Amino acid sequence: MIAEVGHSASMSFPILTALIFVPLLGAIAAVLSSNRRPEWTKLIALISSVGTAGLSIWMLASFKTSEGGFQFTSQHAWIREWGIGWHLGVDGISLFLVVLTGLLFPLVIVGIDPHHGHKRYLAWLLLLEAGVMGSFLSLDLFLFFAFFEIVLVPMYFLIGGWGYDQRVYAATKFFLYTMFGSAFMLVGIIATAVLAKNSLGYVTFDLVTLAEQASFGTNTARWLFFAFAIAFAVKVPLFPLHTWLPDAHTQAPTGGSVILAGVLLKLGTYGFLRFGLYLFPEAAVWAKPLFLTLAVAGILWGAIAATMQKDLKRLVAYSSVAHLGFIVLGTFAFTSVALTGGVMQMVNHGISTGALFLLVGMIYERRHTRQIAELKGLQSVAPIFAAAFMVVMLSSIGVPGLNGFVGEFLILIGSFENARWWVVVGTTGVILAALYLLWAYQRVFHGEVDEANASFPELTPREGMLLFTFIAAIVFTGVYPKPMLDRIEPSVKVLVTHVEERSGRTFEPDVVEVKKAPAAKEEKHEDH
Amino acid sequence: MLHTVWLVPALPLAGFLLLVLFGRRLAEPKAGWLAATMCGASFFVTLLVFLDMVSKSAEERSHVVRVFSWIPVGSLQVDLAFLADQLSITMALFVTGIGTLIHLYAIGYMHGDPKFSKFFIYLNLFVFSMLMLVLGENLLVTFLGWEGVGTCSYFLISFWHTRDSAATAGKKAFVTNRVGDWGFMMAMFLAFGAVGTLSYGTINSAAQGGSISHVTATAIALMLFVGACGKSAQLPLYLWLPDAMEGPTPVSALIHAATMVTAGVFLMTRMNPVIAEAYHWAPTIIAVIGAATALFAATVAVAQNDIKKVLAYSTVSQLGYMFLAVGSGAYVAAIFHMITHAFFKALLFLGSGSVIHGMHHEQDMRKMGALRVLMPVTGFTFIIGWLAIAGVPPFAGFWSKDEILLYVFANNRALYVVGLVTALLTAFYMTRQVIMVFFGEAKWKDHSEEHGAHGDFVPHESPRIMLFPLVVLAVLSVGGGLLQLPFTKDLHFLEKWLEPIVEHGEAHISGSWAYDNKYLLMLGAIVVALGGIALAVGVYGKKKLPAIEPQILANAWNYDKGVSAFMGGPGRQSFEGVAWADAHVIDGAVRGTGSVVRKSSGLVRKIQSGYVRVYAAAIVIGVLAMLAWFMWRGVA
Repeated sequence: MIAEVGHSASMSFPILTALIFVPLLGAIAAVLSSNRRPEWTKLIALISSVGTAGLSIWMLASFKTSEGGFQFTSQHAWIREWGIGWHLGVDGISLFLVVLTGLLFPLVIVGIDPHHGHKRYLAWLLLLEAGVMGSFLSLDLFLFFAFFEIVLVPMYFLIGGWGYDQRVYAATKFFLYTMFGSAFMLVGIIATAVLAKNSLGYVTFDLVTLAEQASFGTNTARWLFFAFAIAFAVKVPLFPLHTWLPDAHTQAPTGGSVILAGVLLKLGTYGFLRFGLYLFPEAAVWAKPLFLTLAVAGILWGAIAATMQKDLKRLVAYSSVAHLGFIVLGTFAFTSVALTGGVMQMVNHGISTGALFLLVGMIYERRHTRQIAELKGLQSVAPIFAAAFMVVMLSSIGVPGLNGFVGEFLILIGSFENARWWVVVGTTGVILAALYLLWAYQRVFHGEVDEANASFPELTPREGMLLFTFIAAIVFTGVYPKPMLDRIEPSVKVLVTHVEERSGRTFEPDVVEVKKAPAAKEEKHEDH
Repeated sequence: MLHTVWLVPALPLAGFLLLVLFGRRLAEPKAGWLAATMCGASFFVTLLVFLDMVSKSAEERSHVVRVFSWIPVGSLQVDLAFLADQLSITMALFVTGIGTLIHLYAIGYMHGDPKFSKFFIYLNLFVFSMLMLVLGENLLVTFLGWEGVGTCSYFLISFWHTRDSAATAGKKAFVTNRVGDWGFMMAMFLAFGAVGTLSYGTINSAAQGGSISHVTATAIALMLFVGACGKSAQLPLYLWLPDAMEGPTPVSALIHAATMVTAGVFLMTRMNPVIAEAYHWAPTIIAVIGAATALFAATVAVAQNDIKKVLAYSTVSQLGYMFLAVGSGAYVAAIFHMITHAFFKALLFLGSGSVIHGMHHEQDMRKMGALRVLMPVTGFTFIIGWLAIAGVPPFAGFWSKDEILLYVFANNRALYVVGLVTALLTAFYMTRQVIMVFFGEAKWKDHSEEHGAHGDFVPHESPRIMLFPLVVLAVLSVGGGLLQLPFTKDLHFLEKWLEPIVEHGEAHISGSWAYDNKYLLMLGAIVVALGGIALAVGVYGKKKLPAIEPQILANAWNYDKGVSAFMGGPGRQSFEGVAWADAHVIDGAVRGTGSVVRKSSGLVRKIQSGYVRVYAAAIVIGVLAMLAWFMWRGVA
């Protein structure tokens, strides 16, 4: 059902393979570069990350808009006897996550300098990029798992090596918590491949083959779904498995936080779509009430906990819990409007929260504190900084005209028919979002500036350029989201149809004929 | 000309963008002039569109202009589109018209402010947002404007952000409005679920065609009203509006009196066919809350001493009238009152700003008095505004208020009594204000040293650029009633103009007792207004009667205090409880599990140091065990 398209593309240039190997080679080159010439290491990092960005833009430009299937696919047998293959592909669901990854890394590399150990820092970052790219592009369960796990290692070392005072605790917690989740997924992956032999007659780890052709017993599928779901729920993170996140975010260096919020958390929400819903549609539908409830609980819990945080970075971290709750809510409503909104919100959250972490990092660089109580009146001394923070904050609150609104709105309106009461409760999250962010803004930026903050420096040109990139994306996608939506929707539609066919349930609302106003008086609705 | 309606919001948007880029370089006063020019040009275009519309037949007056496809996903197709029709152009006319006057006024009022150009950035952004709100072709474009005006309101209330009270008031306005926005969003979800679109045209014709069930229509109407309660400051969400007076006075006039706060009334009028399809108790709820708000706020206004607070509560009260009208099916009267109220309330606010300006930022009316001599233009125009709001014929407010009361009488006599009592109180507290500020003895002499004016402090009249808007608004407050005089059907210009918009929802009262005796009711209203004035003159002018200003009224029935106490007390504690539970229960469980594993694997730890490896080993064992179990289950 999901057509394999773009074989010709894979013949010409293996662009997806290149997206993984360019940063990987960059990481190796960075390791091999001389310790005494840090500028060479920086140049290597720059070239490989900008090169990856260029590749991702090229891929975006040549992506066929109205096709729902995988494009630029690249398929090679790898470990033939176990049915493991190097199978990559991109569709509307992963497209913008790949582009976001491609663009975010060079920005972080150019925009934020580590305080020490340039070489290792850059090498870990590039390895991280390769791992994230691989996770988003893999269409083979084994391959996906390998990349999913590779991601952990550089992130562990980035937090542990360049983080703040409690970095070791946070890094260990992050590593073990995610490992704990991954263990379930590993079991799930192996079990899926082996048990699929019953229906397929051979063992394969290929995602498309498993999803389209294999069949599992109802109960088995549910157990397998949960094995995957636990790994993704930890990664998202879904309430109540979220407590590693505030620690990891707060202790990570700014670059690490930006990447963590920007793309790493999306591995969880992306995983739900690609491996949860696609592989085990019936089980996902069966688990719908549970996940909707946890999603809405996360929206409220994350927002309320964010309100009471004393550390600005922790506050932003908790806001992520709430925002990711919206995405999971949209995922388990199974309509193309909600799922498109969810995919869009993954990207939006990456941009907005990434930018918020950047801003909080800049505050820390200047004041060496993240405590809200120690900051005051910054708008008077740094009005441009304050304005940039304001725009990013409004995007995070979900003010229409900026990117955050589009995704959030699509999720909520698309989920309303299938998950009405969850939406009614979850929408109150938009009130709380205004509360915790505006309150924080007031305490940090408003009021009379005190002595400690009086010399708070204004944005530097480099910081300004960096933030301008984020703000431009925030405004553009808020005003004109159509190019994104047009590319996301066909793939989401394919996935929804797959879920509907396999589960035998319908989720898409009946198409209501859009009536022209004058003629509408005669037309009648079967609504009564 | 109708197709150029997109220019109406585009011009203030251009002004906003130009000021963002060049505002600092332009500085005072050029930045203000640029903003005012853009708003004025927008008014001019609106006027051309209006004249073009007038020249067309009634059927051709509604025109949709699609700019681009905004949010298209599957069955949800939302365009960034404008709907130019009688209602939206009426709104756009007074938004841009009054907006231009207030821009001019602000050039004088904000003189010398270090953030002069920033003020006009926000002001132009506000006008743009407000025009998106009224000109939107669908609920979502309106919502874009709705949130835009809310955000600008937040910026402008906390404009003097070094003052804690201003910063807090701005935040309070935004968050309270968000409570209402929840309702607005619910209404959109319901409408989309029922009709499959967010376009006004389709939703309304579906409602008229009877294809929206009564239950759904009721839910949509009530959810929209929740949104309106937030934006238009009705009970129980009015709390933010009195605090919003922390903003500069031109902002109070433009946003918190004339335009933004009427958005809720506009929205209800826009969706009147849906409200008409709701169960009858739904509009009754709207009318009751409107009447309750009108009365509540009027009682509070009686005991305020801050010149702007009186006007703020008065605005809440007058908005209550408009919702009373909406709930009684008197949409034309609601719009009529919205327009006349915009004239006279903008006039009163600008007049109070002129007084504050002349009094060197004194807002306490107890320190004023006899200012009509020193500020003749301000005094004269303020008096006109007072007569208009008090309901004295032939000033504008009399006609619109009378029209509302007429419909309310036909609909529900108990609410009519509430409306009449409110009218009495309105005349009373406005007379009180006029006497305290412009008549009586000059109290400012005793307080001159507070103003740092070295003993010879004399309040002064404001510059001409501030007086010009006052004069224009005074003229409008006198003649605004001409829009809709009750005497013959031929004089019902506004009703005829808006008829295609409201025909489905408008109540028909011709033939009722109230309609046949409307001159009797009018006479009653005049007696009540004059009675209120006479009472206030007796108390505050002649001082023959004791003033009754109990503390509970000054404190707005302690409602705000109660809400604040709840938020700061149990509300905050429960939030802190969640944060505590997150750190100790949820994360505590995680850390507890960690230490259990660590202790139980103490043996391993002796061999290998480092927790990570220990856990990894535990995980590997776990994986193998689970795998075995899965295989067994899967095979079985």
